[in-house]
Amino acid sequence: MDYFAQQAINAVQLGSIYALIALGYSMVYGVLVMINFAHGDVFMVSSFFCFLLLLVLPVPFVVALIIVMLATAILGVAIERLAYRPLRNAPRVSAIITALGCGLVIQNTTLSLSPYSQRMPELFKPVTWQFAGVTLSSLQILIIGVSVGLMIALDFFIRKTRYGMAMRAIAQDRISVPLMGVPVNQIIAMTFAIGAALGGAAGVLYASAYPVISATMGVLVGWKAFVAAVIGGIGNVRGAVLGAYVLGAVEVFTVTVLPSTYRDLVVYSLLLVILIFKPYGLLGRPAVQKV
Amino acid sequence: MTNTLRFLALLLAALVTAGCGSQKSDAVKVGMNIEMTGDIPAVGASSKNAAEMFFEKVNAAGGIPLAEGKQKKVELVVRDNGAKADQAASVAQQLISSQDVVAMVGPNSSACAIPAGEIAEALKCVMISPWSTNPKTTMDTTANVPKRYVFRGCFTDPFQAIVLAKFVLNNLGAKKAAILYDVSSEAPLGQATLFKDTFTANGGEIVAFETFTTGDKDFSAQLTNIRAANPDVIFLPTYYNDVPLIAQQARRLGITATFVGSDAWSSPEIIKLGGADVEGSYFCNHFSTQIATDEAKQFVADYTAKYGQAPDDVAALTYDACGLITEALKEGGKNDREALREALAKIREYKGVTGTFRFEPGSGDPLKSAVVLQIKDGAFQWVTNAQP
Repeated sequence: MDYFAQQAINAVQLGSIYALIALGYSMVYGVLVMINFAHGDVFMVSSFFCFLLLLVLPVPFVVALIIVMLATAILGVAIERLAYRPLRNAPRVSAIITALGCGLVIQNTTLSLSPYSQRMPELFKPVTWQFAGVTLSSLQILIIGVSVGLMIALDFFIRKTRYGMAMRAIAQDRISVPLMGVPVNQIIAMTFAIGAALGGAAGVLYASAYPVISATMGVLVGWKAFVAAVIGGIGNVRGAVLGAYVLGAVEVFTVTVLPSTYRDLVVYSLLLVILIFKPYGLLGRPAVQKV
Repeated sequence: MTNTLRFLALLLAALVTAGCGSQKSDAVKVGMNIEMTGDIPAVGASSKNAAEMFFEKVNAAGGIPLAEGKQKKVELVVRDNGAKADQAASVAQQLISSQDVVAMVGPNSSACAIPAGEIAEALKCVMISPWSTNPKTTMDTTANVPKRYVFRGCFTDPFQAIVLAKFVLNNLGAKKAAILYDVSSEAPLGQATLFKDTFTANGGEIVAFETFTTGDKDFSAQLTNIRAANPDVIFLPTYYNDVPLIAQQARRLGITATFVGSDAWSSPEIIKLGGADVEGSYFCNHFSTQIATDEAKQFVADYTAKYGQAPDDVAALTYDACGLITEALKEGGKNDREALREALAKIREYKGVTGTFRFEPGSGDPLKSAVVLQIKDGAFQWVTNAQP
């Protein structure tokens, strides 16, 4: 029993981090129908931002989180402005290739500046509790708490505010919405800012939980978050969160019942099965409200 | 259009001739196919440092004396394989075919050394991998005979598995071991399986056998399985960059078992990245600065003076691999791949900084002793020796 409780905690922690990154993929897809393959590397770079910040100034966790989210948001907007906006009306494949290129540029820039893995300084000293054979640390609670808090805030923002409404409107019709006076460029830039900021939050949390950071770490996590977004229904924000928790749970519980070698086999077979029966993902519906 | 084409053709011709001209240097070219970027950049950096230091010394002494009575300087051609198997193979191809090297040092990781070894064998150029311990590196697995052109500077995994299994059973007195390793990387996979077989054959019990894949950072699910199995030691035959995260997550889950590792741990980076979590762990290694011979002490002092840090075992093994090539070039007396191969295969004993190499006829695997080290007070401490 305690064994399964422990694995459940592991699954929720993993799912929370996937969810924060998956949101970035899903929001951008929702608004632009474009897969932002640079997002995994934006996430990676945010943990290096956090590392550099802590080297210069040992700030408390909340301050670090806010600064890194802001810095990553600026990076996200800059990528959109410099690389994606000029291609907005180009064939979609050009935009995707550009995104891949941006990701490689970010990754290799980081690699040339820091070829070695770095040890992340501790943002705070985690307290560990033991009850009935289950170990829970304050870090895990923080990761889950911050992720869920940010996701609820985002959901509220998209559903209840005028900016959120503008995002949903652009997702539905990018041609006629500008005619109603919605500033499309600003809203799209804002989407990238929010997506990147969430990736930044994920970067800080990830680097606290797994404190050895390297320039290539964004690749695998980015792919998995992308898979999570697809499982949930890419373009759908709640779907991305659901997909991420499903992915985290399947990864962890596969290891509890099968040899761990089967983990990725089961995860990706599940992806195929889900897509056969629900080609638009768990919560995605064809051409209905996206974002 | 035709003018443009003609211009391009001329330009190309000019480039080709210029290229040929610059390649016609009089030096002996030795290629390096190493892990400068990717997951284990510390390995490539150590390898490059040691080789540069070795050949600077050779060149400062006038070069390698060849039979024609003249000495030739050595030119190193260093190429990065990114710690990726496909890139290692293409770097091998490039070094041998277009850079015209007489021999190749590296790759170090088995995942890279095995495909690069296939290329070296096919193109008939000597390759010495300083650090690859996987048996397949020097074995032609289709014909099941040793490769003719591939040698290594270190002991092999079957030997390492025996050393570690006996150390855990006899010195640590532990009977229950768990294993967690990267199933998608060649050296860890081989080491895990060999340790499992040797440990159980000698009366131990493997209570958990868990895997992950390259790039994973979350090991909580596997470690929770291991915790439930309650082992005395956890064997982690995995590279130095993964060990710190595994150790930290294990400790956070409340696992107190001792960590034991293979020679893949040997970079000092493991202490920098792992901190208190890897303290008290043991691993098998090629070399210890604490029990060094006089030559080795000299090497350690020179290296430390030049690079500001003590050499790790990859550095020491690369130094010896360069030594073997130089020795064979002198013996063979010609700047020629085949002569080098014949001379190298005739070397029966070579005294290097990592100890004495003994080669059996027809085998590229040296018989060498191993050491077991402990990470104690933030440094590698020598614990014991193991003879082949």
